[in-house]
Amino acid sequence: MLTYIAKRFVGMAVVMFIVLTVVFVIVRLAPGDPAALMLGPEATPEDAMALRERLGLNRPIFVQYASFLGQIASGDLGSSLFFNRPVLDVLAGRAEPTVFLSLFSLIIAIVIALPIGLVSAYTRGSLFDQASVSTAMLAASVPSFWTGLLFQQYLATKTGWFPVAGYGGPDADFFDRMRHLILPSIVLGIVNSALILRFSRAAMLDVLSDDFVRTARAKGMSEWRVVLRHALKNALIPIVTVVGLTFALLISGAVVTERVFNLPGIGSLVVGAVLRRDYPVIQGTLIVVAGLYVLINFLVDMLYLAIDPRVKY
Amino acid sequence: MADTTSMPMEASLAKVLVQRRAVILGLVILAVFGAAAILAPVITPFEPAAMSVRNRLTAPNATWWLGTDEFGRDIFTRLIYAGRVSLLVGGGVAIISSLIGIALGLAGGFFRRLDGPVSRVIDAMMAFPDILLAISLVAALGGSLINVVLALSIVYAPRIARVVRASTLVIRELAYVEAARALGVATWRILVHHLLRNMVSPIIVQATFIFAYAMLAEAGLSFLGVGIDPETPTWGTMINTGRQYIDTAGWMILFPGISITLCVLALQLVGDGLRDALDPRISKEL
Repeated sequence: MLTYIAKRFVGMAVVMFIVLTVVFVIVRLAPGDPAALMLGPEATPEDAMALRERLGLNRPIFVQYASFLGQIASGDLGSSLFFNRPVLDVLAGRAEPTVFLSLFSLIIAIVIALPIGLVSAYTRGSLFDQASVSTAMLAASVPSFWTGLLFQQYLATKTGWFPVAGYGGPDADFFDRMRHLILPSIVLGIVNSALILRFSRAAMLDVLSDDFVRTARAKGMSEWRVVLRHALKNALIPIVTVVGLTFALLISGAVVTERVFNLPGIGSLVVGAVLRRDYPVIQGTLIVVAGLYVLINFLVDMLYLAIDPRVKY
Repeated sequence: MADTTSMPMEASLAKVLVQRRAVILGLVILAVFGAAAILAPVITPFEPAAMSVRNRLTAPNATWWLGTDEFGRDIFTRLIYAGRVSLLVGGGVAIISSLIGIALGLAGGFFRRLDGPVSRVIDAMMAFPDILLAISLVAALGGSLINVVLALSIVYAPRIARVVRASTLVIRELAYVEAARALGVATWRILVHHLLRNMVSPIIVQATFIFAYAMLAEAGLSFLGVGIDPETPTWGTMINTGRQYIDTAGWMILFPGISITLCVLALQLVGDGLRDALDPRISKEL
């Protein structure tokens, strides 16, 4: 068990090392002088020179790479060129809407998808099953920003049921801010429910044909007990995996959804950073988000241990 | 696919596919969009950039089938020309990411020494959310059509690589591969003729889904204003500009959205049908 965890940590470290290398390469892919690009057309050559000096861009590429790795390893993600503050601070300041948007939409997705997936699997081939599978496929095909715009128009602007956009202004209290996340969460939740529905249906189908389910029925156990106690419990493992994997999907969705609803989250931050060529922010966001993904999938694996006594590492 | 032994399987595959109404529906939708993209100048009398200021923001009518935009440009015409771009991006990404993924996957699956590094690289690339990685790559490369295709190909190549690696690990151990090695067949010949040819189907299934994801991602990038340059009409940019006029000219975002949805849905229907047809275990369940 401990050896397994140690091995996993080594694996995670290797993956993070590659993540850092990829990020380093991406930022240096930009053709031309990054310092001049970051400063824009009005900058003087002296400004560019000073920035190059500050960012260490005039040192050999391997020296840059080594100092980049060292800097990240010490927990320093550099400073934003636009905000003139450490990237970690900037990210922390923008994390709240993204974190809660992702969390709420994940909850909404599970609440929609899990029961439908279970009933679908249980009534395989029925009209209900066909309808839910088709609807899920449709939901996965609609661009989330388009759904977002339509929902915004018809459930907020025209009816006033939800706040139209924004995060409640600078004085908004926590409750007010969360109120602004309801509609975006519904949009993102619907999009993400498609994948969870398909997985929970497939997992349940798999389990329902297992011997122990037949045995449970043969023992005369009540049907709902068979389904909920025996089948669902065993179908949970693949379902938990997909919930872990949904994280990447949630962040991608959040980037676009934040833009629709004008939420000051990580997504808006990155899009703004791209338009302003604020490379340290792009770089820092990629590293933090990829790191979280690696960590969450590790935690999901650990969760298996708790759910399934057969899994031993 | 010249050897006769695989013929019966492929014939039955085609039959299974045609028997599925969903697959036919998907293929028909794709054919319509494909034909419209190819025949664009024949179908519509207008130019995609032709403005008619007097007719700006006109609701759909007999002349302007799907209405006009803020410059009086015909939405139907722009929709068709934008479809060209969207389909080109989707198709281009499906092909290029497959090529990269095949090379990576074969290398990792066949050469044991490379398996560790290749697998870790796949893991690392999959740790980035697709839109986020694509935005960063486009930011670095610059927002042209080719760079968007390239960026999305890099984003989706690991998915193909994973499928190819897994298939390679299985096929590598089969007797005929061992026989070919014993006969002294060149490694590249084994890779192409014995391995690659036997995993064409799972690659096509995965590439079909990547086609769909890439279309969605491209639309997302264009919507965010960090994709292909905004002068080129794409479904994403049409929605992005249309959102300012959503109160008065809802048709501006309605039709591009429907187009994206239909194309992505069609690709998923075809991909699903292919997968089920190739996996007899699943097709029995349905």
